[in-house]
Amino acid sequence: MLELAAVQGVSVEDQGIDNSPLAIRGLTVSYGQKPAVFSVDMTVHPGAMTAIIGPNGAGKSTLLKAALGIVPPLSGQVTVYGQPLGQQRAHIAYVPQRASVDWDFPTRVIDVVLMGLSRELGLLGRIRARHMARALDCLHRVGMRDFADRQIGQLSGGQQQRVFLARALAQGADLYLLDEPFAGVDAATEKAIIAVLKSLKEAGKTVVVVHHDLVTVTDYFDHVFLINTRKVAEGPVAEAFTAETLQAAYGGRLATAQIDQISRALG
Amino acid sequence: MSGEEFVPLSLTPLLIGTFAAIACALPGNFLVLRKQALIGDAISHVVLPGIVVAFLLTGVISTWPMMLGAAGAAVVAVVMIEAIRRLGQIEPGAAMGVVFTTMFAGGVLLLEQTDTSAVHLDVEHALYGNLESLIWLDATGWSSLLDWEALAGLPPELPRITLTLAGVILFTWLFWRPLKISTFDEGFARTIGIRTGALGMALVITAAIAAVAAFDAVGSIIVIAMFICPPAAARMMTNRLETQIIWSVVFAITSAVLGYVLAGYGPLWLGSGDAVSAAGMIATISGLILALAAVFGPCRTRAGAPSSA
Repeated sequence: MLELAAVQGVSVEDQGIDNSPLAIRGLTVSYGQKPAVFSVDMTVHPGAMTAIIGPNGAGKSTLLKAALGIVPPLSGQVTVYGQPLGQQRAHIAYVPQRASVDWDFPTRVIDVVLMGLSRELGLLGRIRARHMARALDCLHRVGMRDFADRQIGQLSGGQQQRVFLARALAQGADLYLLDEPFAGVDAATEKAIIAVLKSLKEAGKTVVVVHHDLVTVTDYFDHVFLINTRKVAEGPVAEAFTAETLQAAYGGRLATAQIDQISRALG
Repeated sequence: MSGEEFVPLSLTPLLIGTFAAIACALPGNFLVLRKQALIGDAISHVVLPGIVVAFLLTGVISTWPMMLGAAGAAVVAVVMIEAIRRLGQIEPGAAMGVVFTTMFAGGVLLLEQTDTSAVHLDVEHALYGNLESLIWLDATGWSSLLDWEALAGLPPELPRITLTLAGVILFTWLFWRPLKISTFDEGFARTIGIRTGALGMALVITAAIAAVAAFDAVGSIIVIAMFICPPAAARMMTNRLETQIIWSVVFAITSAVLGYVLAGYGPLWLGSGDAVSAAGMIATISGLILALAAVFGPCRTRAGAPSSA
């Protein structure tokens, strides 16, 4: 089965790969016997905001992590702006799930944002006034300027999420990949994050978000990617985010009432 | 105390104890934050088979082959621990437990198979150094520090641990930024191109080398204590990693100096004649510092990571 996926990965059509910020071909990832992501192709549309949607355990986060080389894939190819990932790291900013780190780590908010500049600073480069000014500006953009000197453990969940977003902004990337940025955050934070993401889109950047709230998909995003271990649908929201594709992705796990609600939201 | 007495008898053990304490405390900061602090304990067990193998290969009891054997075994162990942790996707403590018990048991078996009656292979002696014995008999006073002939008679443990400490400081300074980032957020670290697997391995190998060099000079008890106590106490003094490192070095030096002095003179002051083990006293002082930091340290409570969010 898995070897078959590798073969498929080579033989798929390659149109649109060259100008896509993130193109995935035949990606298969497995944590044990059962694949978490199976032979997935994805072509991210440049300058768009794309939501990766699917039920719990459908491989949404795994897809993102494998695309970034955080977890090793069994097979598949990933290109970023037409080049292998390893040469394109400067173009990518990644916001992990908030729960993936220990917030008791002895560091301040501003130090976390400065981590976003580490590629630029190199091993021993000194943090100068202009770096500090940029980091503070990124904090300002997410509404956290006043928290720069706080220890990160003293923040609320929403504030922590905004600090992570500020770190990504500091990277000055072209492609932003966010893993569940709205999970467990307050309404003010959700508004602040979506405003920042929309400003990125207006600046011509590409944004990909692992998202779990189906109700807000049409408001926030213009492209969707539906996954349930395998790819279910991909495309503009109007075409790919329908009652049929949702049913296919979620199966019986999505209550009829929810589908009705989403259908109404879709008009 | 005059220089004639202090320099030959106390200066070298004090320096060796202090350098060993710092060499272990520095990587200990990262190991504690990565929840791998027990690696010191693990290494103190796995060096046994390394020493026995080195003896079997060379047939002599001498320091360098045994240290190389110990270092080799330590490196094999940390590589195995990392491999088991990553391949098995289990927590580091479990991986360490499996590796160090197995390797220690293997060492005991090997030791039993060798003819220890003919050649007295005393692992305790080969490995668990005696700090008080590291005296500098060629010294006559402070002026000996400028006397090449006297300097040649320094105990060899001193240059060894000095070199090791220099290596540890260099590693920490050079890789400070990637070490900090990958300890805090490994996933993010990989996306910016940090090779977190190799870096984590380099950290534990550095710790292993520091541990073996320190075992040779001061014994295992100090090593295990210094990997954990100064960094853990330092964590409760500050919420910044940069400051934590400084505190950990201060605590390591305090433990080494105070422990050495108290071991030598404390019993005398109490009216008892004999000095106690310096290594034991140094480790005890570091434990006391940790206890004080746990009770009075300004950052001793968890900052309250939002659990319900």
